[in-house]
Amino acid sequence: MIVEIGHFALILAAIVAMVQFAVPLWGSYKSDPILMHVAIPAAQTHLMLLAISFFSLMWAFVTSDFSVMNVFANSHSAKPLFFKISGVWANHEGSMLLWVLILALYGVMVASFGRNLPPSLKTHVLSVQALISVAFLLFIIFTSNPFERIPNPPMDGKGLNPILQDFALSIHPPFLYLGYVGFSIAFSFAVAALIEGRVDAAWARWVRPWTLVAWICLTIGIMLGSWWAYYELGWGGWWFWDPVENASFMPWLAGTALLHSALVVEKRGALKLWTILLSILTFSLSLMGAFLVRSGVLSSVHAFAVDPERGIFILGILTFFTGGALSLFAWRAPDLKQGGIFAPISREGALVFNNLILVIACGTVLIGTLWPLVTEAFGLKISVGAPYFELTFAPLMLPLLLAIPFGPLLAWKRGDLRGAAHRLYAAAGIALLVVVITYSVTSGESMIAPLVIGIGVYIVAGAASEILWRAKAFRADWSEVRRRLFNMPRASYGSMLGHMGIGLFVIGSVATSVWNTEKIVAMSPGDTQTIAGYDVRFDGVKNIQGPNFIEKVGSFNVMKNGEQITTLHPGKRAYMVQKMPTTETGIYNAWDGDLYLAVGDELQKGAYTVRFYFNPFIRLIWLGCLIMALGGLVSLTDRRLRIGAPKRAKKTRSAVAAE
Amino acid sequence: MKKISLRAVLMLAALLLTPAFQVMAVEPDEILSDPKLEARAREVSVNLRCLVCQNQSIDDSNAELAKDLRVLVRERLTKGDTNEQVVSYIVDRFGEYVLLKPRIGLHTMILWFGPLALLLLAGGYFYMSFRSRPAASVSAASSPKLEALSSEEQAALDKLMNKD
Repeated sequence: MIVEIGHFALILAAIVAMVQFAVPLWGSYKSDPILMHVAIPAAQTHLMLLAISFFSLMWAFVTSDFSVMNVFANSHSAKPLFFKISGVWANHEGSMLLWVLILALYGVMVASFGRNLPPSLKTHVLSVQALISVAFLLFIIFTSNPFERIPNPPMDGKGLNPILQDFALSIHPPFLYLGYVGFSIAFSFAVAALIEGRVDAAWARWVRPWTLVAWICLTIGIMLGSWWAYYELGWGGWWFWDPVENASFMPWLAGTALLHSALVVEKRGALKLWTILLSILTFSLSLMGAFLVRSGVLSSVHAFAVDPERGIFILGILTFFTGGALSLFAWRAPDLKQGGIFAPISREGALVFNNLILVIACGTVLIGTLWPLVTEAFGLKISVGAPYFELTFAPLMLPLLLAIPFGPLLAWKRGDLRGAAHRLYAAAGIALLVVVITYSVTSGESMIAPLVIGIGVYIVAGAASEILWRAKAFRADWSEVRRRLFNMPRASYGSMLGHMGIGLFVIGSVATSVWNTEKIVAMSPGDTQTIAGYDVRFDGVKNIQGPNFIEKVGSFNVMKNGEQITTLHPGKRAYMVQKMPTTETGIYNAWDGDLYLAVGDELQKGAYTVRFYFNPFIRLIWLGCLIMALGGLVSLTDRRLRIGAPKRAKKTRSAVAAE
Repeated sequence: MKKISLRAVLMLAALLLTPAFQVMAVEPDEILSDPKLEARAREVSVNLRCLVCQNQSIDDSNAELAKDLRVLVRERLTKGDTNEQVVSYIVDRFGEYVLLKPRIGLHTMILWFGPLALLLLAGGYFYMSFRSRPAASVSAASSPKLEALSSEEQAALDKLMNKD
């Protein structure tokens, strides 16, 4: 019964979305405020219905209702409750339902937080949002219905793929979708602006927080996936330039560019058309990611051609929204007035440079991801893997990394490059020192790696020195500096953290890829191996029974300089239902890196293949991502992003001063 | 199948294409005793695709075929082949698909020169646009153009004005 309610709510949600699309748009055409206002209750009803639908499916998973096809195919009664819940979105149908639920959630947030939004803009945004929702709901109802029943329910389910039964991977898809779908708001705002024919600072101020929310979630989502790959896959890798990863990375690159260009529209009224275009492209890349992942085109163009129903449908959605928005852009763009002229060396110029590099980097990833599909369609199979991207993407990013600390130090309209460079002397000095130390500590193994590490340090120190310079540190007395630090807009701290995160990421990724050590050996109980100064003794293997798996757990005693440090327990799980093994790694996290152990197959009696890694400073990769996301969060709390608030802020501040 | 990515995994799960998932790629018995030669074998392996896997190099894959190729690479190297000779030996037998970094040719023009072309094109566009409006005019032309108010805005303004 509950399943049928969920199914019914899903169909009803599609109808409500159609109403939410058509009625307000008609109202806006007829200048009828009552019809326009329909968008708000419609958005709320839409969310409520999808929530009912989503939680009905979750109910079916939690109660292991195997008469539902989707539950049968992706769940099992012996699975822990947490993974029964995450199993809802760990499959195609359920994940699409999560997608539309998040879409509806964003819609309601625009409706309720957007009280100060001009009514016509709000109407158009909600109407475009509803149209996206309609497209995806039809896709779910006609090609991917999660509520399909089985006439003769089986006794138990097929279970969930064991590698998906993991905490980080369970919360990875919701974050990714919050990111992908969040960019739909920027898209809807762009389309609404094109319909209305006006883009101004208020528009940019409205778009920015939504883009920021989406960007934060996407950053966390990608980070979680990378972290999971690291600890779960058993060989210490963290990014593979896999097409599916690229599918999430491209919207991130475009979204990062969008965050920066929206800033120019907001502050200076320039780059309006470009920002509109970028909003459209960012969401289009999200849709393309959905197409690549959901259609099966990546595993083989031919596999896609055999069962094209879903792929063609998403391709249709992609073509309709991207094509439609771009046509609208071509038609209306000439009417939008460009403003805010600036010199090449200026804050705007730096942000243009940022956009230039990020978009071309995104284009490079796009070409590398799609070109093999194109040649395959013409009968020629080529591979484009990590070596290609390392050779093209990395050098492209280098000039941007060097430019990052300059950007915030340049003034709007016309900046002073020499002055900015002067303020970065300290940062460059620290970086140079680190380069020399790194070079001598690693005994000159690599020339380039210490330099790139230096660039990372220079970005971190540069971000800090910008804040210190603005606070007049070392130039004014302490109380003045403290007052300035305290009163600085949160957005400044946000951008500082964001840039620091990038710097840390650079340091971590370079250090671990250049100086990681690896040892692959056969070990019998009692054997000791030495890696990166650690003496690791193998103490044998035990069998452990989990809720739905059996695990062979190894015991490794870790010593350093004769002192006991820790015991690691890497293992191998065999999931009973799927008869599939997974790896559980043993990781010891020291300040200077990770000691990483994975156990392989049993060779002879009691002897096992063991992989040892020492990954120096690898945690900086994810820490960097987290700090970037934190920067976004801090920026989000800036008063200026809440329209109407700035005035109140001034009042409270003067009120406090008066007391 | 180690070098499988997160959502590749999700997709595979969706497609029910889930082959046995094991850990080890390079096995202890494959490793050459000469560390220099082994390092070269690694260098070659990371650029060769495991043909039956999704976007994995033979260095990371545990598939039978990958193992055979790893052994083959090491055999050729011990026989005195250069890295390039090993690679062309394998490409001759398995086709260009085996290369994770495709060769430069007519069919890969866009891969190798596309990003550069984009950079030149976009850089050229910005250069031209900056040249066509010299920095000298910055201060003169920066005043925002006024736009007429819409009827709603006019109504809202009138309402505010009448209040006082």
